[in-house]
Amino acid sequence: MHSKKAISNTAKSCLDRIGAINEKLNAIIYIDKDKVRRSAEEKPSGIPVTIKDNICVKDEPTTCASKILENFKPPYDATVIKKLKDAGFILMGKANMDEFAFGSSCETSCYGPTRNPWDTKRIPGGSSGGSACAVASGEVPMALGSDTGGSIRQPAALSGIVGMKPTYGRVSRYGLIAFASSLDQIGPLAGNVRDAAVLLNAISGYDELDSTSRDVACPDFTKSLENDVRKIKIGVPREYFPEKGLDGEVKGAILESKDILQDLGVELIDIGLPHTEYALSCYYIIAPAEASSNLARFDGDQYGLRKDAKNMIDMHLKTRTAGFGDEAKRRILLGTYSLSSGYYEAYYLKAMKVRTKIKNDFLEAFKKCDVILTPTTPAPAFKIGEKINDPLGMYLSDIFTIPANLAGIPGISIPCGFTKKGLPIGLQLLGKPFDEETLFRVAYAFEQNTEFHKRKPNI
Amino acid sequence: MKNYEVVIGLEAHVHLLTESKAFCGCSTKFGLEPNSSTCPVCLGLPGSLPVLNEKAFLYAIKTALALRCTIQDLIKFDRKNYYYPDLPKNYQISQYDMPLAYDGAIEIESQESKKKIRVKRVHLEEDAGKLMHEAEKGVSYVDFNRAGIPLLEIVSEPDIRSPEDASAYLVNLKAILKYLKVSDCNMEEGSLRCDANISVRPEGAKSLGVKTELKNMNSFKAVRDALSYEAERQIDLLTSGEKIQQETRLWDEAKGLTIAMRSKEDTQDYRYFPEPDLVPFTVDKNKIDQMMRSLPELPQAKKKRFISDYSISDYDASVLTREADISDFFEATIKTYNNPKEIANWLLGDIASLLNARKVSIAKTRLKPGHLAEMLELIHSEEISGKIAKEILPEVFEKGLSPKEIVRQKGLKQIKDTGELISIIELVLKENEKSANDYKAGKKNALMFLVGQIMKKTKGKANPKIVNDILKNMLGGK
Amino acid sequence: MPDTNPIDKKTVEHVARLARINLSAQEIGLYKKQLADILEYINKLNKVDVKNTLPTSHPMGKIKNVFRKDSAKKSLPVEDVLRNAPNKKDSLFVVPKIIG
Repeated sequence: MHSKKAISNTAKSCLDRIGAINEKLNAIIYIDKDKVRRSAEEKPSGIPVTIKDNICVKDEPTTCASKILENFKPPYDATVIKKLKDAGFILMGKANMDEFAFGSSCETSCYGPTRNPWDTKRIPGGSSGGSACAVASGEVPMALGSDTGGSIRQPAALSGIVGMKPTYGRVSRYGLIAFASSLDQIGPLAGNVRDAAVLLNAISGYDELDSTSRDVACPDFTKSLENDVRKIKIGVPREYFPEKGLDGEVKGAILESKDILQDLGVELIDIGLPHTEYALSCYYIIAPAEASSNLARFDGDQYGLRKDAKNMIDMHLKTRTAGFGDEAKRRILLGTYSLSSGYYEAYYLKAMKVRTKIKNDFLEAFKKCDVILTPTTPAPAFKIGEKINDPLGMYLSDIFTIPANLAGIPGISIPCGFTKKGLPIGLQLLGKPFDEETLFRVAYAFEQNTEFHKRKPNI
Repeated sequence: MKNYEVVIGLEAHVHLLTESKAFCGCSTKFGLEPNSSTCPVCLGLPGSLPVLNEKAFLYAIKTALALRCTIQDLIKFDRKNYYYPDLPKNYQISQYDMPLAYDGAIEIESQESKKKIRVKRVHLEEDAGKLMHEAEKGVSYVDFNRAGIPLLEIVSEPDIRSPEDASAYLVNLKAILKYLKVSDCNMEEGSLRCDANISVRPEGAKSLGVKTELKNMNSFKAVRDALSYEAERQIDLLTSGEKIQQETRLWDEAKGLTIAMRSKEDTQDYRYFPEPDLVPFTVDKNKIDQMMRSLPELPQAKKKRFISDYSISDYDASVLTREADISDFFEATIKTYNNPKEIANWLLGDIASLLNARKVSIAKTRLKPGHLAEMLELIHSEEISGKIAKEILPEVFEKGLSPKEIVRQKGLKQIKDTGELISIIELVLKENEKSANDYKAGKKNALMFLVGQIMKKTKGKANPKIVNDILKNMLGGK
Repeated sequence: MPDTNPIDKKTVEHVARLARINLSAQEIGLYKKQLADILEYINKLNKVDVKNTLPTSHPMGKIKNVFRKDSAKKSLPVEDVLRNAPNKKDSLFVVPKIIG
């Protein structure tokens, strides 16, 4: 385990590592090295952490990897950033991402794609691809990401690290530039389960600036890191092991993981989550609809890009047309369409009702088990450019992570194997609302009894 | 020629009198440096989130209860999406399919008879910023100080049948809001705004005519004038066989007419959906009952009570109860000087003039009910005349001194001592021998002149009745 | 939910206008196809019976709302408010005129 001392030495070595490999990977898109050195001197025991570029850091560029927010420097800190600063962490710049977190590959960034450290021809996953890559490549020990439909867990799986989406309401969203407000949640990405718990400890808690943050007790998550999972009931949902659409090697690794856990003393239970097949449809109505409204504010009036024109409408049109990338436009159009008059009931209202069904599936399942085990992704990392012209195919790579966002429950992805080509595979564990502790406990026991997290990419 | 009936519905927007904005802690003060009362939330900066101001919500519920509305079981907010530079997020946090309250009513008096105007809905939303245009330069300036101020929208059913009734509805709405102390309803500062929907139809017709929406009416008078103009315009169009265009029209106060707003290029499609940043919640029924019970007596009820308890005229009671400050002052004065009619006369006469001239409300002056009671007592006991009272009132008003004290300091007490008066009268008669003789010769008017001279000599302090008696006696005229 | 593809050229243009995005003729064609594909996939939801289901607009459902006490806090300094402004004058944001 990391002692605080051990990590502190890394602030400067992180800078060296970033200097050596970041150009190749494009994980970190902004860093003020002098500022890092200064704060490393002020806080000799500070843990270095990189921040996804959709989380506001006062007076530092925060752009969501979008041209429309070029040069935008927020005049305030997100609540999580305030907490990290207060807790003595050292902020290591901003991490690349899919533009506005729209994507599963980190290819839609206006700064160009981030590369997977295990195979630089491949994507690191997304949208928190920069955060995942920075951790996996050893640039930083941990990073903050955000997860709307799998954006922490999916890149963690594809990059071979740990990533957790906490329960909706566990971490304040104040200062997280919203993609889909009812789904977004900030969470940790780290090289091991303990570091993820340390980072979640630092950022979680009720925030009076966020009406959707919950006023519940925040345990010390490192206390749940016990190498003992006896009597924990783990549900295995059949819907997550389909005949078609699940890579054989991934499936093999997950089934093996299940056996490992059984050997450690957990009780395995077959469960059903019958509305799983509707989750993706439901998500692709709700998320773009909320996004279309959340992104309406980017119009060139107050901040960010402005393309001059002689009147307001033309200025807005020119600015938004020039400022948003293709995927952002696609989702804005989709969301605008499904909210527009005549379609609201058919799409948005219907999706909210199906969302209830999906949530109820989980609540039912959790009457029988403590944790649900699934693959994090249907396949390992694909090649850069492979799916960029196939939006639907891209969306399908989040098929196993999306349901947790719709239900608001916590989920963690941990390394559980490698393909023959040496690409990481992730195991997803889903928990009851506000029971991140059991997830950490199972993840920690699995990690302690396997070697996957020790393997590092050769970069 | 056909007779037409006018059909009007009003949409009032009221700033709630909170210290901070609806969803953030910025001050709601009027007249601050542009953009100095803004923060990430009311500027709609990326990442910021709204948190509902409890007082704004309670004020909204209080108003809804006073308007006899039903309160919604589940309170939720929605986003109304449209692009405009005064709207920082390009959506407004508002309420759509489930307004906070619905089905209320406001009573008005329409040509001597009482009429109930139904209130369709009451909902809470945030105000937008302020735009100032500079046409020559082709630019607009934006100040977001107003953005996020809690705004209560009160929508009537189309139950109003004349511009006068529309005005009466607003007067009563304003009185209620001021009684509840939830808004200062200052139309000049924009804390009470009003839009109207108006259509006309042949008398007796069942279906509604094509309506226009009127905006930019900045006073009660403007509402009345704009509606009168628009009703006439619509009737003229129909009688000359033309059609009415459904559109938004702006009232041009200077020209005294309504002008069609240049239609926005876009069809309106607000794409309402539930605001995901605010969690729906229920209101405790007990709390609502308790709020209902603790509502103050409202203008209508108070007016009725004033007429029956104090035997004052319908008109006096209406005016006295329009402002809670005045009706409170009235009743407080009665407690120590039990002559409601006299108190009403002073409040509606001299005191009202002083208030109007200074544009203040009575509660903000140094005049207290005790002062008025004391002054009336002085008149009643003939210590001072009504004329002296009128003279000292401004001083009481300005300085907050007791009338007795002023009378004492200035020696304004009436002279009632016959001996003293006789010597003054003798002096005056000596100086005005001609008038005295005139009177004796039968010119009755001369007496008035002499009394005037005596009052002048005594600076108005002589008791006019005694002076009259003595004078007549001395001059021996019958 | 409509069974047939409801997306035509006019719809894409209308939606793009509502969203304040200009599309080239080529883009209209592309988005028409892509949105149609996505919507066709989304139409799966037609199969779910939601007659007696209440909508979930918020993952944690009905909870006690967080209220803020009504007290005025410090606002941002005006320099900070305007620092990111593409165009400003004195303490005001400057935007192009509304119509013209």
